[in-house]
Amino acid sequence: MSSPKEVLLNPIFNNNPIALQVLGICSALAVTVNMTTTLVMCAAVIFVTTMSNFAVSLIRNHIPNSIRIIVQMTIIASLVIVVDQVLQAVAYEISKALSVFVGLIITNCIVMGRAEAFAMKNPPILSAIDGFGNALGYSVILVGVAFFRELFGSGTLMGFEILPKVTEGGWYAANGFMLLPPSAFFLIGLFIWAIRAFKSDQVEEAEYKIADNVQYKEAL
Amino acid sequence: MEHYLSLFIRAIFIENMALAFFLGMCTFIAISKKITTSFGLGIAVVVVLGITTPVNNLIYNYFLREGALAWAGLPDVDLSFLGLLAYIGVIAAMVQILEMFLDRYVPVLYNALGVFLPLITVNCAILGASLLMIERDLNFAESTVFGLGAGVGWALAITALAGVREKLKYSDVPDGLRGLGITFISVGLIALCFMSFGGIDI
Repeated sequence: MSSPKEVLLNPIFNNNPIALQVLGICSALAVTVNMTTTLVMCAAVIFVTTMSNFAVSLIRNHIPNSIRIIVQMTIIASLVIVVDQVLQAVAYEISKALSVFVGLIITNCIVMGRAEAFAMKNPPILSAIDGFGNALGYSVILVGVAFFRELFGSGTLMGFEILPKVTEGGWYAANGFMLLPPSAFFLIGLFIWAIRAFKSDQVEEAEYKIADNVQYKEAL
Repeated sequence: MEHYLSLFIRAIFIENMALAFFLGMCTFIAISKKITTSFGLGIAVVVVLGITTPVNNLIYNYFLREGALAWAGLPDVDLSFLGLLAYIGVIAAMVQILEMFLDRYVPVLYNALGVFLPLITVNCAILGASLLMIERDLNFAESTVFGLGAGVGWALAITALAGVREKLKYSDVPDGLRGLGITFISVGLIALCFMSFGGIDI
């Protein structure tokens, strides 16, 4: 049995849901154009993952095995409806900016994946901590990507001007590419590279080993 | 007719589910190592999207929308907050029914698609298409066309990625980028190519 501290901290760098488990990428990319929406999205995911892990774990011994997916789905969907309604009431502008992506937390693989893999086998408090840790690991990558996209794409952070743009009399020519979808893929690819440069045990095995060039002298 | 054609083309190329909206990314990255498997998954997604999007459209228009229950004598009821729960339920049920139907009547197709169908319930592209359809206020015919177009676009993108990855495994990639990292960067390049369709308007 692992200690609560390990359960909380492992998913952040050692077993990051996005960089290693390939979970929850869908929404990770679309909401990262600016920091404010990203932080709201992270808060929503942290809330839903923690609460769903807690709730699923509470009733884990009473769920018949054959219908467990639909039970988990119902719990998660109800939590997401709560988040969606709260957002629409409190922060309508941000809720509009996130559009369908709040609803898509339901099918975010992190939430389902942790409910299925951890909460079904562990006690409630530990499951809640696990959900919190994994959502935090997701948030770290998301905030990192959003930081670069907003800073270089529009010269601002959370709406405050950091790099004064040429169009407004400053010196920074905004890199519009950062606001387009493909930049998010490149940034996540580079993040994975950076994490694996430090944690070399996460490097994947090569499927094909390229043979050494034994005839290099011919080329000289 | 032109209106529907334009909607279809837009859904495939310009507003590609995977590459412009990042939907269905988890399966997109995880099941794109071989062309044959990803093509099978792509077909399954087209079928499921083509069915669930119009069905969810009917559910929204006749049960959930504000004033939709007027036919039952309840003109003031607004159930749209139940949307998320209803759509995911419909998707899970439709996938299950489709699986049983194929198993009973079209065993050939069931053998080809069977393994992918349960996976599709949790594919964000399916739920995403329904939510986008509601947001854009499409009617029944439009939502059918949109669902099919979105499915074809997704299938096209995953098959293209699988083709790239089949070649990529023979290449000499830096250690940390091997596997997941280089896949993300290739997806980025494919997305960049798809952006060149941006100006097309039919």
